Amino acid sequence: MSALATLIPETTTAGGFLLVLALVLPLAGVFAALILGGCNARRVAMLTIPLGLALAVAIGVELVQTGQTVIYLLGGWAPPLGIALRADGLSAAMLLTTTVVLLGVALFARDDFETPENLREARAPFMFWTLLMAVWGALNAVFLAGDLFTLYVALELLTFAGVPLVSLEGHSETLRAALRYLLFALLGSVLYMLGAVLLYGAYGTLDIAILAERVRPGMLCFAAVALMTVGLLAKTALFPLHLWLPPAHAGAPAAASAVLSALVVKGSWFLVVRLWFDVMPGVVTFSAAQLLGGLGSAAIVVGSVVALRQERLKLLVAYSTMAQIGYLFLMFPLAFDVSGNGPVHGFALAGGLLQVISHATAKAGMFMAAGLIYAALGHDRIADLAGVARTMPITVLAFALAGLALMGVVPSGAYLAKKLLLDAADGSGQWWWTIVLQGGAVFTAGYVVLVLASVLRRRSEPLLLVSRVSRLSELVALALSAGSLLLALAALGPVPGEFVSSSFAPKEMGVLLVVFLGGSLLASGLSRRSLLGAAGANAGVMRRIAAGVGESFELADGVIRRWQFASISLLMLAILFGGALVWGAPPS
Amino acid sequence: MNMAPLVDGSLVVLILAVAIWTIAVRDSFAAVVGYAIYGLMLALAWVRLAAIDAALTEAAIGGGLTGVLLIRAAVRLRPTESVVAGDSPAWFVKALAAVLAGAVSLALAVVVLTLPEPAPTLAPQVAEHIASTGLGNAVTAVLLAFRATDTLLEAVVLVFALIAVWSLAPDRFWGGRPGQHYHLEANGMLAYLARLLPPLGIVVAIYVFWVGADLPGGKFQAGTLLAAMWLLAIMAGLTDVPEVRLVWVRIALVTGSAVFLIIGFAGVPFAGAFLAYPEGYAKPLILIIEAASMLSIAVTLALLVLGPPERRGQS
Amino acid sequence: MSATTLFGLCGALLVGVGIYGLVVNPQPLRKILSFNLIGSGVFLLFGVVARRGAALGMGGDPVPQALVITGIVVAFSATALAVALLLRLHDASGTASLTTKESPEPSDT
Repeated sequence: MSALATLIPETTTAGGFLLVLALVLPLAGVFAALILGGCNARRVAMLTIPLGLALAVAIGVELVQTGQTVIYLLGGWAPPLGIALRADGLSAAMLLTTTVVLLGVALFARDDFETPENLREARAPFMFWTLLMAVWGALNAVFLAGDLFTLYVALELLTFAGVPLVSLEGHSETLRAALRYLLFALLGSVLYMLGAVLLYGAYGTLDIAILAERVRPGMLCFAAVALMTVGLLAKTALFPLHLWLPPAHAGAPAAASAVLSALVVKGSWFLVVRLWFDVMPGVVTFSAAQLLGGLGSAAIVVGSVVALRQERLKLLVAYSTMAQIGYLFLMFPLAFDVSGNGPVHGFALAGGLLQVISHATAKAGMFMAAGLIYAALGHDRIADLAGVARTMPITVLAFALAGLALMGVVPSGAYLAKKLLLDAADGSGQWWWTIVLQGGAVFTAGYVVLVLASVLRRRSEPLLLVSRVSRLSELVALALSAGSLLLALAALGPVPGEFVSSSFAPKEMGVLLVVFLGGSLLASGLSRRSLLGAAGANAGVMRRIAAGVGESFELADGVIRRWQFASISLLMLAILFGGALVWGAPPS
Repeated sequence: MNMAPLVDGSLVVLILAVAIWTIAVRDSFAAVVGYAIYGLMLALAWVRLAAIDAALTEAAIGGGLTGVLLIRAAVRLRPTESVVAGDSPAWFVKALAAVLAGAVSLALAVVVLTLPEPAPTLAPQVAEHIASTGLGNAVTAVLLAFRATDTLLEAVVLVFALIAVWSLAPDRFWGGRPGQHYHLEANGMLAYLARLLPPLGIVVAIYVFWVGADLPGGKFQAGTLLAAMWLLAIMAGLTDVPEVRLVWVRIALVTGSAVFLIIGFAGVPFAGAFLAYPEGYAKPLILIIEAASMLSIAVTLALLVLGPPERRGQS
Repeated sequence: MSATTLFGLCGALLVGVGIYGLVVNPQPLRKILSFNLIGSGVFLLFGVVARRGAALGMGGDPVPQALVITGIVVAFSATALAVALLLRLHDASGTASLTTKESPEPSDT
């Protein structure tokens, strides 16, 4: 059962006040930036984010030392009347990841968002630093709040902080992307709240821990879980609800894309985990989890293939995010044991958490690298990237390492995550997810190889750079990517060593080789241009068939991302989830 | 004869009819005017549900301010409206959407009809602890004491939303004044109202705020009223919107949350917890928070209606 | 049927009406309006939950009543942001459409 549910009646624990500080610090930062104005916004961010990192570490230490959930009863009022802040291992890991990535983004963007000397205050820099802290505050509230309504408010905070990051540059296309994002996210949060309202109607509380003890499978719970789940999926942009993600993440400035892709979508993902694992473990069913995993698999395939079809680097990375979000939902079916009971806090949850951390760091590094290439060249057309590796070796290395980390190469966090999930798939007899887990790596390899093949090409004439990029920014991108690639070493503490012991065995190397070969084949088949630059005139039959497949995926994605299609999909999913919950429920 | 069922029944029919009309009508301007009326009727429904605080909020914010916001937008979008309206979906999409939306309503209706009896409630717990807050209005006690965190975060929501709205300003107008400039028509009806109403509105607002501790009312309702008075004066041309670069504007936005936070932290040494109030001081402290919040809410709501900076300040 | 249940059914229907409008109406302003209809339906359901919890001389459970007030303010903030974004898009591109005219599918550049 839930780790949180066993803690009633509860009191504030020793380190509980740390949670209050973690909640308030970013908000105080936003207020300070607003009043001090201008270039001070950056100073405030540079000051508060390291403080926040220290706080996150302190919370983690407190958690490890006491081995108990850290709790703070706000105003001294215990739930259900009051609201509790709670930090378990999941929250602590997310808090830490968030501050590390934000620190990276802040260092990366230090020069990009500098207030010009002749101005007291310029819009974009002032807004960027303020919004950075706003996103942070919203995420901390999502990770710490123990009440479904407080979480609703936190989700809205996250949306209001994330949307303006999309349209920071103010072009009409990014404004349109931001509006689509906002409208779809609002639909998502109102459905989430509807579910919460129903739960209060039946159980008289919105507190996660108390609800976990009171909920019983039944019509009302099924409706609430279905509505809340699809609402959160809309905000997470899981296929087929990803209509807003590619243009929004590709259109934002690189530092903002890194935040949106690495962190913002994880907020609503985190709440799905909370809902399924901590509030409703007795209500969610094997079949509903299969549906969630199925959507994740579809996201991996469609996102990866469409990524291969992109001509622009930032869009490729955005579609890669869409595919990676799919991965985050594979843990749900795998958390069920052999007899279909679950979800249980087991290796699948650890694997999912590790995946989210790996993705947050690697994707931040990848978006930064893509942004640096765009800044240096003045464009990001993949076909014209020849010679970049020679001119910007650090940036290209950052991109490559991020790609390897996402593929799950030893000793990346994604590798360990995959190991844990494969183990869960074996243990629970769900062999079909093994195919998805292994196949997904091939797809990831595909678009990474595509980009690398382009940047590594030699160029006859010298590459024209429109601007010099900051060395610090390049190093930050490299550090985040490298961090993701080495994450398994850091994560070894809490995870049994047997998972990594055979890392360099011939079998692992063989898998790696297959992944690379498969990826290269996919890239050469499905991409718009042939990998080696040879023109399409002498293309073989296979290449033409593959190109046709790629094109049809692209067309399908275009249809799926139309508003009507996406919103109807959302409603259908709500009904499907409801059905899967009713169908799999134990007879009462 | 008991008229209540008839009143409730007709109210529900009217609410649904206006709601469907706002969806179905072709002209957006008509739709948003319909929405403002809908908001007022919904406020009546809240009265019938014995939630006077919610009724006041719905009438002031749901009907009033949202109405103003949407009507202004509809006027500005009117020239290009027909172009976008042409993208209407095919009949089978509409039919599918209707079936699915109907299914959602049906499921909700079933849930409403099968809600447990007796209904779970926190009213006894509120009644047990309300004495320690010194307040008479249970809703205010929930908002400012038991669930003060939500209220604090909601003030933050307003500030975040305004930051997001301001971020949409074109670069050249950054720091300038939001919205268009309204010219004063000295003898116009609007100017007349704008001179007549604000003193009255401010008095009523202070009253609504003051009674909020014990009777329905409070900072939101009062803040909205103040915002409306300010907007009236601006739209009549009696005064202009301040530039967003001004420090006093920024301070006004965060004062409510800042006071809330300071008193909240003072609760740690003096009352044993963040956002707790020391024995016997709860009511005055809550009134201080509410007063500061009322001003911040008024400024934030009005600026949210006015939108991002659209013209230079120095003129 | 009690008056409370009647308003509950009204809330359920309002949610459906709003969802229909949000899906089919191509104009963003009307989508924003539909979102508000859904929101008000959800709040009304919450009000019904509150009313059912009436006890000890209180006309309803004050906790959901308080949350509705918070919810209305949050929904207003969302509406204000959406309207500002829509008007800015209209000024910048000359159209208030969610899709670009050149291609039937959303443009990505």
